[in-house]
Amino acid sequence: MKEIGPVRPVSLYLHFPFCVRKCRYCDFLSGPASEEERDNYIDLLCREIRLRSSEVPGQVDTVFLGGGTPSLMTAAQMRRLMECLSDAFAIFPGAEISMEVNPGTADGEKLRSFRESGINRISIGVQSFDDEELRLLGRIHTAGEAREIFRAARAAGFANINLDLMSALPGQKMDTWEHTLREAVSLGPEHLSAYSLIIEEGTPFARMQLPALPSEEEDREMYHFTRQFLAQNGYRRYEISNYAKEGYACRHNCGYWTGHDYLGLGLGASSFLNGERFKNPDAMDQYRESVLRGDIAGLQQEKELLSPEEQMEECMFLGLRMTDGICIEDYQSRFGEPVEKRFGEVIEKHLRQGLLCSGTVEAGGITQHRLALTEYGLDVANYVMADYIL
Amino acid sequence: MTDNHYDSIRRRTRNFCIVAHIDHGKSTLADRMIERTGLLTSREMQDQVLDNMELERERGITIKSQAVRLVYKAKDGVEYIFNLIDTPGHVDFNYEVSRSLAACDGAILVVDATQGIQAQTLANVYLALEHDLDVFPVINKIDLPSAMPEEVKHEIEDVIGIEAEDAPLISAKQGIGIEDVLEAVVEKIPAPEGDADAPLKALIFDSLYDSYRGVIVFCRIRDGVIRKGMPVRMMATGAVAEVVEVGYFGPGQFIPCDELAAGQVGYFTASIKNIKDARVGDTVTENLRPCEEPLPGYKRAQPMVYCGLYPADSAKYPDLRDALEKLQLNDASLFFEPETSLALGFGFRCGFLGLLHMEVILERLEREYDLDLISTAPGVVYKVYKTDGTMIELTNPSNLPDPAKIEHMEEPIVSAEIMVTTEFIGPIMQLCQERRGRYLDTEYIEATRAVLKYELPLNEIIYDFFDALKSRSRGYASFDYDLKGYETSELVKMDILVNKEPVDALSFIVHAAGAYDRGRRMCEKLKEEIPRQLFDVPIQAAVGGRIIARETVRQLRKDVLAKCYGGDISRKKKLLEKQKEGKKRMQIVGNVEIPKEAFMNVLKLDAGN
Repeated sequence: MKEIGPVRPVSLYLHFPFCVRKCRYCDFLSGPASEEERDNYIDLLCREIRLRSSEVPGQVDTVFLGGGTPSLMTAAQMRRLMECLSDAFAIFPGAEISMEVNPGTADGEKLRSFRESGINRISIGVQSFDDEELRLLGRIHTAGEAREIFRAARAAGFANINLDLMSALPGQKMDTWEHTLREAVSLGPEHLSAYSLIIEEGTPFARMQLPALPSEEEDREMYHFTRQFLAQNGYRRYEISNYAKEGYACRHNCGYWTGHDYLGLGLGASSFLNGERFKNPDAMDQYRESVLRGDIAGLQQEKELLSPEEQMEECMFLGLRMTDGICIEDYQSRFGEPVEKRFGEVIEKHLRQGLLCSGTVEAGGITQHRLALTEYGLDVANYVMADYIL
Repeated sequence: MTDNHYDSIRRRTRNFCIVAHIDHGKSTLADRMIERTGLLTSREMQDQVLDNMELERERGITIKSQAVRLVYKAKDGVEYIFNLIDTPGHVDFNYEVSRSLAACDGAILVVDATQGIQAQTLANVYLALEHDLDVFPVINKIDLPSAMPEEVKHEIEDVIGIEAEDAPLISAKQGIGIEDVLEAVVEKIPAPEGDADAPLKALIFDSLYDSYRGVIVFCRIRDGVIRKGMPVRMMATGAVAEVVEVGYFGPGQFIPCDELAAGQVGYFTASIKNIKDARVGDTVTENLRPCEEPLPGYKRAQPMVYCGLYPADSAKYPDLRDALEKLQLNDASLFFEPETSLALGFGFRCGFLGLLHMEVILERLEREYDLDLISTAPGVVYKVYKTDGTMIELTNPSNLPDPAKIEHMEEPIVSAEIMVTTEFIGPIMQLCQERRGRYLDTEYIEATRAVLKYELPLNEIIYDFFDALKSRSRGYASFDYDLKGYETSELVKMDILVNKEPVDALSFIVHAAGAYDRGRRMCEKLKEEIPRQLFDVPIQAAVGGRIIARETVRQLRKDVLAKCYGGDISRKKKLLEKQKEGKKRMQIVGNVEIPKEAFMNVLKLDAGN
């Protein structure tokens, strides 16, 4: 018999797999397509939304529209999509509804329309405020255009804006990175994401003759500078690469690190629902077929039911991405056993090695005990997290 | 039965072996002879019947002696009994070779018509001549375009000094000239001598362990008769047993018969449980009517090369022990005893006849017993003379006494003969010099070929000498050696320290003059093999507490994935699982996590120069 209890809220991820042109470092499932293809895709996505709403019995508390470049959508397409979404799901009135915006694909009017359709948070892919770096990355916009789109977003009524930035770029030095950070902060966004570049296999970057990449030392110097500089400017690092003003941490992304359920919709989108991981087909034909046939099983590829141990592993290595780490009382109530049972020895070792720290947090009169990575622990997070694989 | 019967069989018997340099076609010729005498049709025959270990077939070498009885009806109309004894073909097994030869009365010398005489040709022929065997040559591979049969004949006559004018010209591969070889066996190899009435005197030339019958003893009857039910005694080991079965060798099978008499070659079983009770070289006699003297030449094969063997997965330690025990059932010269290493855990110190023997055992352990092994650097047996007048034979560098208590040390020296075409004499002499060789002589075989004679420390040739020889002579040089004895040498123990802790598995004995180079190389290579840790890790080479080389593995600065969102989690987990797997294969030494392969790679690289 299925246990009946309060139904947990779910997050939705919607994938828009099209862009104007592939950036040189990008290994996401994305590529250029014709206007017609994009429109057909929105139809398909709407069909999938209607088809799969039954998988989510409760409320939806966050929605994230990612890509590709979702801001390539027309105002009309967005309206269609959002209407379909609110028809199919019970979206919580205070839900966080984010989308990614490429500065080269939107203007004030479009953004206003997106806002009217229900989007309340945007994440602008700025990456750099240095035009030379932007060219190298293969971005389709300039630093100036990024600034313009930010102002346009504000004018369109967006009160929650993130800027995506990239450090450790080929040829990048501390001064250009500092310039990018200063420019970003001067715009006053609520949230900043700053990623160290990873050169992924199969991307042009992996094949190209590039200016020298910063050394590990330089990379870490940039990373540590970022934390200090942003802290001075009111942004707290709450995850390895994410910084926010008080109250503006991205709820959708935090869900990924805290075991929140999410349903992925659209080409290749991943889901985690009721302890199962699965994902939509990566191939458009297969995705289309499954949606048109109403074949939910075909949309649940690589399905894998996580054992309690696997959920514990994930709880640890995902939770430790956040600077507040893991609440050991939450762990105990989720798994019905103390965290020490499986991980006591490892935790002990990591505390001794200065990779982990423990502390207490007072929240609503309740004392929480938390375990979090130290600064060095964050630098070598993979090394630490591997020890939590059972 | 009458003496006449025994004599008649004896006169029609020919006991012989085939000697050759590796790849000159010994096994192929044996196959053709078996085929031609009708024992097996070629369709039934698996190639090279006599080399029956998979490994032997792959490497084209013979490790265990094999024997087969063939019946050949000669042109004179008489049916002859041929006992063809296949001898091991490598210097590591010289003692086994010598015992197999002692079971023969003659030998066929196979020489490749395209290559002529090689180092092992000479070594094996000399060995055969030492055992008073009548040797006749055959020239093989005459079907090849580059065959030079006339030149090779002259070479045989000039260099070895045996008649070669009417040597059969054959191609074992194509089956050409096999009949001539069979006729030559009848004519040129003498019938065995021996007295069937005398007390039993038989030579053990090999043995095999069978889980049902116990040890199967391969023997050549010199005098007397061995038959079922007879109590027999092994004269050197003193073991007594009652014969359960006697028989002779069919191709790939044992064929029981009533008895074996003087001059014959065959086997017996006597419920002997341990191969050490029936050692190669021992003399079998009748327990109640023993012969007066055992046959000469018995000696126990002594391991010359030692190394530590450890399972990569420590849980496999019992499996490794079982596998070694099983191999030892068939290989009395394999030595092992338990040892413990801080770096590698529980394992065994193993002794081998030589490097090839070691390689063969390692391969068999990995292949036949599916074990993943780590071996420490092979070393030789050093004699350590202590100030208190005692001497210890050192097989494990970790057991070296305190240097203050050492008076002097000795290392084993071999006499080596290297055959090489004259254009490579320079590079080969240089190689020998690098390996602390002492030049003795150069003998020219012909205008373009010479034998270089050197004395070399065994320690210097057990690593990669053979490979170096091949690479510096474009594959032309061939090499053979014999243990000469022990000599005083300036030897030191080198320790490798990781994070200031000595790694026992990496300690080795080295000549003082080569210590610095070797230490530096080890440190450099270890640096590449040790993953970065949470702190700087010094790697040092030390001789007697003095650091002679140092490298540093820098602290791990960054190992983090910047992004991990919904779609990345499964992939991220796979990465972490892989990382965890890697950690599991780590051994902790001095607070440092070192992958077990690192030891192996460093030791391998150390050999690679």
